[in-house]
Amino acid sequence: MGASTGTGDLSRRDFLGAAAVLGTASALVLMLPLRVRAAPGGATELNAWLRIAPDETITILVDRSEMGQGVYTALPMLIAEELEVRLAAIQIVAAPVGDAYFNPGNDGQITGTSNSVQDAWVKLRTAGAQARTMLISAAATSWGVDPDECVAKDGVISNRAGDRLTYGAVAARAARLPVPQRVALKPSKDFVLVGRDLPRTDTPAKVDGSAEFGIDVRLPGMLYGAFAQSPVLGGWPDSVDALAAAKLPGVRLVLPLDSGVLVVADHYWQALAARKALNVDWNSGPNAALDNATITALLRHAAADDPGLAARTDGDADAALRGAVRTHSARYELPLLAHATMEPMNCTADVHADGCDLYVGTQVQQLAQAAAAPAAGLPPDRVRVHTTFLGGGFGRRLEVDFIPAAVAGSKALGRPVQVIWTREDDMTHDTYRPPALEDISAGFDAAGRLSAWKLHIVSPSITARMLPPVVGVDPSVVEAALNFPYDVPNVSIRYTRQEIGIDVGYMRSVSHAINCFVIESFIDELAAFAGKNPYDFRIGMLGKHPRHRRVLEAAARLAGWGKPAPGRHLGLALMQGYSSLIAEVAEISIEGGSPKIHRIVCAVDCGQMVNPRIVESQIESGIVFGLTAALWGKVTIARGVVQQTNFDAYRVLRVNEMPDIQVRLLPSDAAPGGIGELSVALVAPAVCNAVFAATGRRLRSLPIDATRL
Amino acid sequence: MIRINVNGRAIEVDAAPDTPLLWVLRDHLGLPGTKYGCGRALCGACTVHLDGAAVRSCSLPIADLADRRVTTIEGLSVDRTHPVQRAWIELDVPQCGYCQSGQIMSAAALLRSNPHPSDSDIDAAMSGNICRCGTYSRIRRAIHRAAEMLGAGA
Repeated sequence: MGASTGTGDLSRRDFLGAAAVLGTASALVLMLPLRVRAAPGGATELNAWLRIAPDETITILVDRSEMGQGVYTALPMLIAEELEVRLAAIQIVAAPVGDAYFNPGNDGQITGTSNSVQDAWVKLRTAGAQARTMLISAAATSWGVDPDECVAKDGVISNRAGDRLTYGAVAARAARLPVPQRVALKPSKDFVLVGRDLPRTDTPAKVDGSAEFGIDVRLPGMLYGAFAQSPVLGGWPDSVDALAAAKLPGVRLVLPLDSGVLVVADHYWQALAARKALNVDWNSGPNAALDNATITALLRHAAADDPGLAARTDGDADAALRGAVRTHSARYELPLLAHATMEPMNCTADVHADGCDLYVGTQVQQLAQAAAAPAAGLPPDRVRVHTTFLGGGFGRRLEVDFIPAAVAGSKALGRPVQVIWTREDDMTHDTYRPPALEDISAGFDAAGRLSAWKLHIVSPSITARMLPPVVGVDPSVVEAALNFPYDVPNVSIRYTRQEIGIDVGYMRSVSHAINCFVIESFIDELAAFAGKNPYDFRIGMLGKHPRHRRVLEAAARLAGWGKPAPGRHLGLALMQGYSSLIAEVAEISIEGGSPKIHRIVCAVDCGQMVNPRIVESQIESGIVFGLTAALWGKVTIARGVVQQTNFDAYRVLRVNEMPDIQVRLLPSDAAPGGIGELSVALVAPAVCNAVFAATGRRLRSLPIDATRL
Repeated sequence: MIRINVNGRAIEVDAAPDTPLLWVLRDHLGLPGTKYGCGRALCGACTVHLDGAAVRSCSLPIADLADRRVTTIEGLSVDRTHPVQRAWIELDVPQCGYCQSGQIMSAAALLRSNPHPSDSDIDAAMSGNICRCGTYSRIRRAIHRAAEMLGAGA
């Protein structure tokens, strides 16, 4: 089987601009006929995702970026299921930019919001079934028999007479047939691939160093660039003295740009040395005085001054609070976080007479194209995006700030240029997970029932910057809050947008991790306030939500809820997100004033699973990501400069700190939900609830490490 | 010119003496399997073997390595048959995969010196290798699995 190893395959692909233009993306788009085109190696394209060559090579183009979440395995499995081929028989390459690859849930060719499988679930099985139908029809026609008398299996079509034709032999004829308007998809009981723990297609290339990440792209004549950026976020170079730098060995170019100064040399180490020798007069811009205190003050003032826009209103929460027998309120505050992907930001550009080839680990192929085009002086359709493996995405590669400098350098030199950010560049010029302040109140009526729930979220809006315009409440700030599941008759959820002067970005689980921390911590507060067990308190309010109830019961059972081992304490949290349900239980002890995390147990209902082993790994992955953020995650800013520059100050979880993680995947017939971000958000509230159980201390800000217990 | 041995081949490198081994491997020798992660020996993505021991190539100037023997992920085996690689495949350890060259090289060095590591041995030997995808549970299991394979004479 072949995972994409990048450059070779990708650079031969020159048809991408010709990708069929299909209107709205849904399963319906596949019913439009696609033009037959020649693909590399004499292969035929049967649709936007599938090529079959005369030598039987089957190639699947994956239109979502592989950043560890397994799309290079799960998406091909969906096509292969209906195409009747084995996964191991398939070559996988990254899809180019194309309208066929539009992801309607994200309004673009965008890998994010954990929706790759949700988007592909019907679409790619339909594509596989249509192609199989066309291949069978072509074979039947050549035999002069009815297609219903033919079957396809393992890439071979046979008929009742025992004749056989391979897919490769009939692909060219099949591609000229009309695309069937209606195809029946297998019922799930007939799946032979979907639902099985098939090996990941990208594993072999990831154990021998051959997997090609953006930073590994090598092109003939390629040079290496380092990019100097203003130490103060949002600043720019006023002037540059490059005399000393230009004289250093290997230096080819010093190029001042709007946002920084690019230095290009024969080797990266030379580029770094030359960058150090630059004398740049930085204009610090508007953030010269920005620090954490000013950010906190901005959010607090906004919370006091602005009632916010209504995001959800059930009944009258204010009246219910006034009429409540008992009320309880709290303020929660969350810090900025860095993505800290293992592969620092980088981009390779090759601007030449035929256009611009861009080799980049990106989650946003169209935005990458659009970012490169002006720097190349070309229209976007002359920029070909070759998506490599991503050495972590986590939302950081939804940004395109690391792209233009490479393009500008290549255009200036007429040679391919690879610009690599150092870890320090990456850490200090991230688009950080936004900070947030949330005020939350609840009231109990005379019967002791929760009668009022009022949440006011104050934070910047990522979407307003990245994908404007946003009308009303940015949906990416109210995740896990709008779908608040507990039975409370009067609910008010409001949002105040307060920008903080620097760009903030989407980070794995986005506002789920903010809102779920607040809501699931506060529910625990209310349970204590009401003198109830946090589990019973939740269960008692989930009458309308059997799927929620099922995951909570399963997680509690697995964790031994109510019977913690001596010295151990349990905390739980529950969430619906990404069309999936999850509950987590943290088991901790307190050692030396800090929580020691022994075990995280979780139960997941994510609907039907394409590959449970990948689901399990993603759930584990999210827990580790969430635990890092909960324990240590905090970016601090002083006079506009980010203070954490590397993994010493920005601590991330290591193997010796790894708790025992137990994942229970619950069987479900529901449509697939997302899994890549699902488990992140519950870790902080589960751990903090366990801390409360252990100490009686309620943590209302993160990271946990900042508080001595 | 500095002479080093990389993956069994004697090589002369023309690079500034302070150039870290990492960038010599990646930029000069066409061996990009060894990854840049932090540049300060904090994350382990650049781990290679120097005379058989795991080292962080981002922090080793090439001038100090004359006539030393370097093994990179590309030289661990020619066909992914090193027990650590086989165990990694069997357990589908990698997610994004970026840190895995370093993880595998650290694990291979551990098993050479300690064919039957306990969990705490693994923690001690592997705590310098960060994985942001959080593949640590599978890494631990895969190291135990590789140890089994080695014990079985595989």
